[in-house]
Amino acid sequence: MSARVGVVVFPGTNCEHDTVLALERVGAAASLVWHTDERLEGFDALVLPGGFAHGDYLRPGAIARFSPVMGAVARFAAGGGPVLGICNGFQVLTEAGLLPGALVKNRGLRFVCAPTRVRVDSDRSLLTAGIEPGTELQIPVNHFSGSYVCDPRTLAELRDAGRVVLRYVENPNGSVDDIAGIASPEGNVVGLMPHPERASDALVGSVDGLLLLRAMVTAAVAVRAA
Amino acid sequence: MSAGRPSAEERPALHRALGLSDDELARIVELLGRQPNELELALYGVMWSEHCSYKSSRRHLRRLPTAGERVLVGPGENAGVIDAGDGIAVAIRIESHNHPSAIEPHQGAATGVGGILRDVFTMGARPLAVMDSLFFGPPDDPRQRWLVEGVVSGVSSYGNSVGVPTVGGELTFDPCYAGNPLVNVLCLGALPVERLVLGRASGSGNLAVLLGSATGRDGIGGVSVLASAGFSGDAGDLKRPSVQVGDPFEEKRLIEACLALLDAGLVVGIQDLGGAGLACATSETAARGGVGMDVDVSTVPRREPGMAPWEVMTSESQERMLAIVTPEAWPAVEAVCRRWEVRASVIGTVTDGGEATGRLRVRDRGTVVGEVPAASLALDAPVYDRPMRAPSELERLRADDPTTTEPPGDCGAELRSLLLDPSWVYRQYDHQLFLNTVAGPGSDAALLRLAGPGLPASERGVAVTTDSAPRWCAADPRLGVALVLAEAIANLACVGATPAAVVNCLNFGNPEHPEVMWQLSETVDGLADACRAFDLPVIGGNVSLYNETTGADIPPTPVLGVLGLVERVRRRPPPPALSAGSSVVLLGARRVQGVAGAVPSHPLAGSRWAVECRGRRHGDLPPLDPDAHARLTRFVASLVGEAVGQAVGEAVGQAVGEAVGGGDRLLDGVHDVSGGGLAVALAEMAVAGGVGAEVRGIDGHAELFTELPSRVLAATGRPDELCARAAAAGVPAEVLGTAGGERLVVAGLASGLVDLSMAELSEAMEGSLAKRLDAA
Repeated sequence: MSARVGVVVFPGTNCEHDTVLALERVGAAASLVWHTDERLEGFDALVLPGGFAHGDYLRPGAIARFSPVMGAVARFAAGGGPVLGICNGFQVLTEAGLLPGALVKNRGLRFVCAPTRVRVDSDRSLLTAGIEPGTELQIPVNHFSGSYVCDPRTLAELRDAGRVVLRYVENPNGSVDDIAGIASPEGNVVGLMPHPERASDALVGSVDGLLLLRAMVTAAVAVRAA
Repeated sequence: MSAGRPSAEERPALHRALGLSDDELARIVELLGRQPNELELALYGVMWSEHCSYKSSRRHLRRLPTAGERVLVGPGENAGVIDAGDGIAVAIRIESHNHPSAIEPHQGAATGVGGILRDVFTMGARPLAVMDSLFFGPPDDPRQRWLVEGVVSGVSSYGNSVGVPTVGGELTFDPCYAGNPLVNVLCLGALPVERLVLGRASGSGNLAVLLGSATGRDGIGGVSVLASAGFSGDAGDLKRPSVQVGDPFEEKRLIEACLALLDAGLVVGIQDLGGAGLACATSETAARGGVGMDVDVSTVPRREPGMAPWEVMTSESQERMLAIVTPEAWPAVEAVCRRWEVRASVIGTVTDGGEATGRLRVRDRGTVVGEVPAASLALDAPVYDRPMRAPSELERLRADDPTTTEPPGDCGAELRSLLLDPSWVYRQYDHQLFLNTVAGPGSDAALLRLAGPGLPASERGVAVTTDSAPRWCAADPRLGVALVLAEAIANLACVGATPAAVVNCLNFGNPEHPEVMWQLSETVDGLADACRAFDLPVIGGNVSLYNETTGADIPPTPVLGVLGLVERVRRRPPPPALSAGSSVVLLGARRVQGVAGAVPSHPLAGSRWAVECRGRRHGDLPPLDPDAHARLTRFVASLVGEAVGQAVGEAVGQAVGEAVGGGDRLLDGVHDVSGGGLAVALAEMAVAGGVGAEVRGIDGHAELFTELPSRVLAATGRPDELCARAAAAGVPAEVLGTAGGERLVVAGLASGLVDLSMAELSEAMEGSLAKRLDAA
């Protein structure tokens, strides 16, 4: 049976349909979850997609962390459930404390929408399991606040534990240590700024994102079986 | 006597302060059979403004052809709509937001995006793509840099946040726009054909429901005070309060709520609130439906206290829609709006037409505070036949032609000065959302999959381009606009698309100047003739007048948005790039055809070279042969269409989804020759492909820089076959040279013209804009 993936939609989210399409391309059964839903039974994995949840007002993710669904997301993650935050979803996960650090405005103080090359730096996460570290992927970024920051101790922890899962080959936003994506200690919660769903069809430029999404869907099925 | 209040004689009459002339006031008195009160006068002031009523341009616009086989909705509604096939309709609209952007660039541009999106989703279409055509003075001046930064950040912050990709546009720098920049925004949306709705009210007793933001004092008089008058001195700063402030998050929820309401069949009619606010939305929906409307301003949610009824009726607060709803459907409408956190308030009812026309009755807490025939606001605005006159110097200016009088110079240096990479702009725009962008910014035209949430499945594609060339239109408005249309069609052909419909945004100076009205009239005739020649309907448009600063008018600047269709999109089109080893072929005639000696073979009038390198703005434009142009563009569109429609895996050795690469394919790259001529087209293709080229036998600087229309550059691995197929299609074709190496070398008949390294070219192009904008 294919993995059942819930794609969480806040008012202002805009990548939910694209994310569903990409998940379906790797064989998942994806459906939308409204931000006021508090029951997430029946899902094998959750994705918080890109966009501007609650308009990104105050700062990205700052209001979304109070949406009713977030309590359920935290419980789902605590139970070992795979949770992926893409772009705005990553910002929400840091604001909600499910991932450490924060995402601040890009170096240069401008929005950046551009293809980037990222390197898989660790396979110890649901998103990169089974992918050879060092693999380079072409996946676009699309953000204003994508520069990852954290305190030195957190950075050391992330590095030592192999929790920096993706690094930019050419840093587009000033992220510390070229970080493009990180994982929780258990590897089941992952946030990344690049949009794998935008690299899911050769017609729009790249299929490299499918590699990551396929890994996540495979991990989700494995978690369910366990 | 500078202190104190102005005396009664010095104080302008109220109607004049509202932008109405004495004659217009007399007309209103005649229509009402009495003096209007202040509220009523305010309603006429905004509705009869140039911006809303098109009173100076209307009689000219009637000459544009609007009918076509695919047209579902033509001009006059919020957006034009065509049938794209497979049960999908495409809505498209272009509009200017020039004056607001000149005063407050960020919010002016942002609300320009917001407004155009509402025009499109009002029709039931989901907005899928935005394009912007921007015109500024040269960015070597701090104020221009402030404008560029502000406008781009406004489009970026609103468009990205509201969740509609900006897939292309144009960027023009010319000193003519230093005092009056232009910001034109185009939006394209798609809908299942059966969801198409029109902005009209019907059904006596139905409810008028205001959706979205609360109403404030922002934007009062935007259409009359701001958009229908020119700028002089520092007046711009004083007008800043007339600029609205946008809230893309509100708009995003409004889009989702409105599309949900339309999907559920819960509304009878719907109309966006843009220029002239409630006055416009209520009177237009009532007039179109032949009914009346009774609204109570006290039921309109306010953003601030103490607003007078006329302020509520004319406020241009953004992110609002007026829906006509049956009383039975109201609870369901409320539920949908609650889910999307969109405010919904019943502010009035539809009333029986009864008499010849329905009345727009405005109440405040039940008391009638104004009452006028709805149609008199929306339809009875005066239509002016303003005096027109060709510039007295026309003959002399036409004779002042740079083609023969301007000597050649350092072609390499001039070429470098003409290169501009707009990626600084489009990197700030989300151009990928919806996963439809097959060819995005940087391509000749945007090519999108015709797909989106709620649309039937289809392999079709839709292409769109915005084009303009004020330097051509200034030299000859009639021929200039025809050349712009020709260029748009060539751009579409380069991504494999066949043109289907045109929208236009006519940006002109002060219509009270007879030369400006002549330009407008010539432009309309030129566009009408060209549309007929190419069998294309105009399905919508917008006119922006009074683009002047201290009496100086902008050059005539028609911006055309042209929509094209592609049967099947399975691969990306060949890029506008060279690839090593391929032959460089020019499709189309190399020189002006006809009697030798009568016309120069490579006219330079109106070219970027003449204007930007030599400061020469006049002369005779190159001629357009519509039949030859149609043959060329049909040939290119079919060639590219073939590549784009090829099933993945049909050709061996091709990267998945790519129609590009190798050196043995019929079409490795394709790019139309336009601004900057052959020189710029070659350089752009070289930089995009990261490979040089050697081209020989070019007839001097004139052939290098002429903007003679109907030419397309192709890179091919099979030049003989390409030329043979072109010949069979009646299209001239000639191998100019070969791509390869690290230099772009162009040799003339006698001597070398251009010899630049790839590094020099890349340096001139990449980052040139960023460097100029970041200059302290």
